[in-house]
Amino acid sequence: MKRFRRHGQESQRERIKQELYGFNKTVEHGFPHQPSALGFSPSLQLLAIGTRSGAIKLYGGPGVEFMGLHDENAAVTQVHFLPHQVELVTLLDDNSLHMWTLRAHHGVSELLEIGRFTLTGPPGAPPSVTCVTAVLAHSSGDLLLLGTEGGHVFVVKVPGFRELEERNISLEKVTNSVPEEYGGRRILEHVESLQENPVNQRQVLIGYGRGLMVIWDLDSQSAIKHIPATQQLESVWWTEDGGHVLSSHSDGSYCRWKVAGDDPQSEQEKSEVPYGHFPCKAISKIIQLPTEQGPPFLFLSGGMPRASYGDRHCISVIHSKTHVALDFTSRIIDFFVIRDGPGHTGEPSALVVLVEEELVVIDLQTEGWPVIQTPYLVPLHCSAITCSHHVSAIPLKLWERVLSAGALQNTHYSKKPWPMTGGQNLAPDPPQRDLLLTGHEDGTVRFWDASGVCLYPMYKLSTAGVFLTDSDPNDNLNQGTEGEWPPFRKVGCFDPYSDDPRLGIQKIHLCKYSGYLTVAGTAGQILVLELNDEAAEQTVEATVADLLQGQEGFRWKGHTRLEVREEPVTFPPGFQPFALVQCQPPAVVTALTLHSEWKLVTFGTSHGFGLYDYQQKNNVLVRCTLNPSDQLAMEGPLSRVKSIKKSLRQSFRRIRRSRVSLRKHHVNNAAKLQQANARLEAELAEMELAPVQRKIEPRSPDDSFTGLVRTLYFADTFLSDSSHNTPSLWAGTNGGSVFAYQLRLPPVECRGEDPVTAHPAKEIQLMHRAPVVGILVLDGHGSPLPEPLEVAHDLARSPDMQGSHSLLVISEEQFKVFTLPKVSAKMKLKLTAIDGSRVRRVGVAWFGSNRTDDYGESGLTVLTNQGDLHVVSLPGVKLQVQYPCIRREDVSGIASCVFTKHGQGFYLISPSEFERFSLSARCVVEPRSLVEVPSQTPSATLPRALPDGASVERRYTHCFYKSSARRVMEHALLNDESEYLRNNQTTLTELNLNQLQHLCE
Amino acid sequence: MNKNHRVPSNRTLGAVEVKSKFGAEFRRFSLDRFKPGRFDEFYRLLQHMHRIPNVDLLVGYADVHGDLLPINNDDNYRKAISVADPVLRLFLQRKEEADYSAFGLDSLTRPKKTVLAAMLLRPDANRKKPPVIISLPRDFRPVSSIIDVDILPETHRRVRLYKHGQEKPLGFYIRDGSSVRVTPQGLEKVPGIFISRMVPGGLAEGTGLLAVNDEVLEVNGIEVQAKSLDQVTDMMIANSHNLIVTVKPANQRNNIVRSGGGGAASRSSGHSSDSGTSFYGYSSPGTAVATTPAHIIQNFHPEELESDEDDEDLVVEVDGEAVPIPRASSASCTIPFIPRYVPHLDLRTTNEALASRNNAGSLGTLSTADRSLEGRSLEEDGTVITL
Repeated sequence: MKRFRRHGQESQRERIKQELYGFNKTVEHGFPHQPSALGFSPSLQLLAIGTRSGAIKLYGGPGVEFMGLHDENAAVTQVHFLPHQVELVTLLDDNSLHMWTLRAHHGVSELLEIGRFTLTGPPGAPPSVTCVTAVLAHSSGDLLLLGTEGGHVFVVKVPGFRELEERNISLEKVTNSVPEEYGGRRILEHVESLQENPVNQRQVLIGYGRGLMVIWDLDSQSAIKHIPATQQLESVWWTEDGGHVLSSHSDGSYCRWKVAGDDPQSEQEKSEVPYGHFPCKAISKIIQLPTEQGPPFLFLSGGMPRASYGDRHCISVIHSKTHVALDFTSRIIDFFVIRDGPGHTGEPSALVVLVEEELVVIDLQTEGWPVIQTPYLVPLHCSAITCSHHVSAIPLKLWERVLSAGALQNTHYSKKPWPMTGGQNLAPDPPQRDLLLTGHEDGTVRFWDASGVCLYPMYKLSTAGVFLTDSDPNDNLNQGTEGEWPPFRKVGCFDPYSDDPRLGIQKIHLCKYSGYLTVAGTAGQILVLELNDEAAEQTVEATVADLLQGQEGFRWKGHTRLEVREEPVTFPPGFQPFALVQCQPPAVVTALTLHSEWKLVTFGTSHGFGLYDYQQKNNVLVRCTLNPSDQLAMEGPLSRVKSIKKSLRQSFRRIRRSRVSLRKHHVNNAAKLQQANARLEAELAEMELAPVQRKIEPRSPDDSFTGLVRTLYFADTFLSDSSHNTPSLWAGTNGGSVFAYQLRLPPVECRGEDPVTAHPAKEIQLMHRAPVVGILVLDGHGSPLPEPLEVAHDLARSPDMQGSHSLLVISEEQFKVFTLPKVSAKMKLKLTAIDGSRVRRVGVAWFGSNRTDDYGESGLTVLTNQGDLHVVSLPGVKLQVQYPCIRREDVSGIASCVFTKHGQGFYLISPSEFERFSLSARCVVEPRSLVEVPSQTPSATLPRALPDGASVERRYTHCFYKSSARRVMEHALLNDESEYLRNNQTTLTELNLNQLQHLCE
Repeated sequence: MNKNHRVPSNRTLGAVEVKSKFGAEFRRFSLDRFKPGRFDEFYRLLQHMHRIPNVDLLVGYADVHGDLLPINNDDNYRKAISVADPVLRLFLQRKEEADYSAFGLDSLTRPKKTVLAAMLLRPDANRKKPPVIISLPRDFRPVSSIIDVDILPETHRRVRLYKHGQEKPLGFYIRDGSSVRVTPQGLEKVPGIFISRMVPGGLAEGTGLLAVNDEVLEVNGIEVQAKSLDQVTDMMIANSHNLIVTVKPANQRNNIVRSGGGGAASRSSGHSSDSGTSFYGYSSPGTAVATTPAHIIQNFHPEELESDEDDEDLVVEVDGEAVPIPRASSASCTIPFIPRYVPHLDLRTTNEALASRNNAGSLGTLSTADRSLEGRSLEEDGTVITL
């Protein structure tokens, strides 16, 4: 066709495409995978998290977030903000240091890497000399002190990373200044900690691994004092008044040292092992903060008795008589304390703890130290995500009801606002309310507010209460009994352990207009739930759907059906189950659809599909799709997986047997061993010779799981004749079959009594036999039929019933349009034949033009097994655009993808993170936030001794850049002189370049 | 006109209904299925029926696959009679104006349209060329052919495998490997896809045109470079009903040498020349002309890329009639659709499977009327579909 289209039309179409489509990965929702470092800037009110994969993420107030990625694929081990600056320094485990800044660009801040640096030692020095172990960002804002494994401290000028060799504090200088009597000149080991004196920025405390601490004067370049601790040092804290130093040690003790006074050697005031008597684990970090009146707060991480609680991840908070050991479910990475007051030097207000799987913030000013709900970084994976479902444009009423149901669940959270307030969120308010529902392995469904940049938890639904399981739901809540020591308190919600894998949620469908929800799980259970604002006690009736329909030769070896509680169960306000269907055999539910107008739910497994009337609570239709020659489906998914108990027992037996046989057949063994080795070698050789190869064989009807139901669809269309439209049900299977049923619904007045009936109307067998992944009916205008109740609520144009409808069948390989009611092929797109990729996920989306509000097109959003995203036009099924999105090796990422109705989508980039992307040029949700340079406190702007002029200049240009940028923005806003803006920007970029050049020098 | 032409077809009566077409004229008559007589008698009958006693004719018939096959000896005449189901459709041509290229696979149903997708393969498709005549195909079907010899480099070979919906596997494996290419920067090693293994007795092996270590360059006109092994596998499977692979044979000694611009001679049929006949056991070697290459050296017909003949889906309507999906008139192709008797060989098995599945999984809510409807449809035997 291309040839006959005039060039003008072609370019016209290209222009429209540009207005409709655009690909962006916008936000990462959830909690970063494998966090490895935490940093906090009190002046910016921003926290920074570094990860093992080299990512760095900054978070401020809700909606303010930035992300950067180091080019090196190395873990971030430390993050330090430069005090009162917008720069931060990261240390990677390849020993490189990186300087990042937040730079305003078009009124929005961006996180940029502006420099990198690796310490170079004297020639011939071992690498340990320069291996950085401790970093101190000096409060002057332009010095970085780097303690190394070799025990040296290097002084580096920032942000340009210039070594100030003359100011380095070598190990020799320090040992010379320590009196001989200290431990007989022991090796000091690496620099464990560097701390600045809070009241005198000239003094720096250097803590060595062996225990010795030295207070060094940066001006006089000499040691003023030394602290002769003898235990292996873990961390050091200089109290705010500068009078004391706290040190924590590897034996679980901490000591307080008095450093005021002129005595060159400090005295130990106090030494304590908080969880003492028996050997304890190290206290890895210690913080003490004063309160205005009363005793100070003391925070200790670790220090638990090694034998009894060595496996706990604890932070102890001690304030006056209150002593709590916060018990986390995963390893503690780091923590800090937020303080009140204008200069952030007041009362401790919140404790922020980064553990491996979540971020926990504790309100220290409310009685009982409750947890503050985080607006971001929520652990999506508190139980593993098994499926997700997105609903766009939620009506306000449903939204508020879900929110209020959620609020009742969150009463144990602190009422205080989120303590981190950094940056301004400039993103426009989301145009609509979107819900993301995630199903989890433990049978819960979580509702997330996915409208904006922050994925905020709204409500949690648990389906486990309907069933009898071994677990007691109150199991996890057992708090420490009175008087227990240590005084544990469980915090955090990460709980990856599922008591019964059958509870796992596999499919979710929510009708946003009626508030009906259906969820289906691993053991073939389908629950229909209704939103109720009151708690209710009710029994959930179970209906069994026998999907085998008398199919012979079947042996289900999988798990058993879940047992249903027969007594009434009390359900809290929110979604409450009122109907339950259990498939027999209890195979995992593979497709699920709800039609709230017709009050029908349809579900499918690898054995067949069924239609359930949830008003009359009975099965309308059950159809077996099983292929008798399909052994795999006949036996069930778990047939090859032995129970853990069994396999453990067997392996023990095997060990025992092998021990016995070893003793018995000692003599014969040599020959046998040789034989076995030879065989193994031959096998290995064969494996090496045979490369990875693929057989070219078309699918046969006997392939495994051809009967597995992949997709189910309700449509009001012309199934049997072209003058009367009727309700219909469509099902597509893995074997390329499509089954259509005509539904007869009784009139509304006798909907409760008269039966709903279903009659088979059509069957289509796709010749290419690829799995059917989507079915869609297009109306007379070629647009997809609206959702149930959408028209009734005036939210969609009613479908065109005048023109002829068409049926779109999407298989993994092709998009095929058929006419209706007589099914004949009309158009198709053979994706696999031309591209070699297969459809993994497909959704229907509306793409609005970003130029005019009134133009838009429907399209299919498609994710292929190659990880590419396509948009396919409707009804013409033509490829529009293609973007690479996910690595093709990332199978779980591809499988987790879910599309929205407005051209966006989500996929898991790790078990705990959703990447949000947009294919739409109009509908883009991305963080837009501005972080401004903090107004400098007088102490920080004191004239500083700056050793060289060049650096002064650089600093100056830097300031100029920032301030002028702001000025320009103001100017532009006031006068709208774009010309002025452009001119200035060029000069600014030039400045920028100069600056970068300086930095690189 | 024969007076018998209105007799309905009925196998038990032993009559074969014949519909013969010469130019724009049709003749209908019948023959005795069990005593068809000899070819020369039949030939004279045809001349008589059409009243063209002195015209040399080329006789062809449409077989169950919709292919035009010739009738020129007693054997294929008998074969034609025996497979007529129920009508034997004959196509007569004057020998001097005969279009030999019409014979062969899908020739009757192939839409005669120029499709641009084919430009991928033949940029000069519009150039009219006299077809190369090797000899007339007998009543067997090609299993493979070498195509586009005139436009490909001599080092490459474009092979078409005809699957015909049969159960025989395509029968080869592919693997990753590296090949050396000549680039402006000199020789460069690039990743490539190679044939790694042949399944003994498979279609690919039988043709002799593909061999282990041949590098796969294109699949149905699309370059495989920069595609992964799995992608190429999926492309081949998606095109398996009509697979055209362009390879660079590992053994370059059997290459086709082009003589001048026009007619190319086959030197490649080689050792596999009898593979087709041996597979289709009903061909009679005795009557076959001495040189019978199994591969028709021909050019790639662009429209075949778009051809759906082996890709037709099966629709079962509730009233039991099952029909292969015809192309809707609103489709992009404008040529009239020629109905086919049997769309696909393996449809029969599929439908039986479908039917049995329907029977086994009796629908819970299916009314007895519906079931009887199904029962009735099962007995229907008008088409291949036995629902």
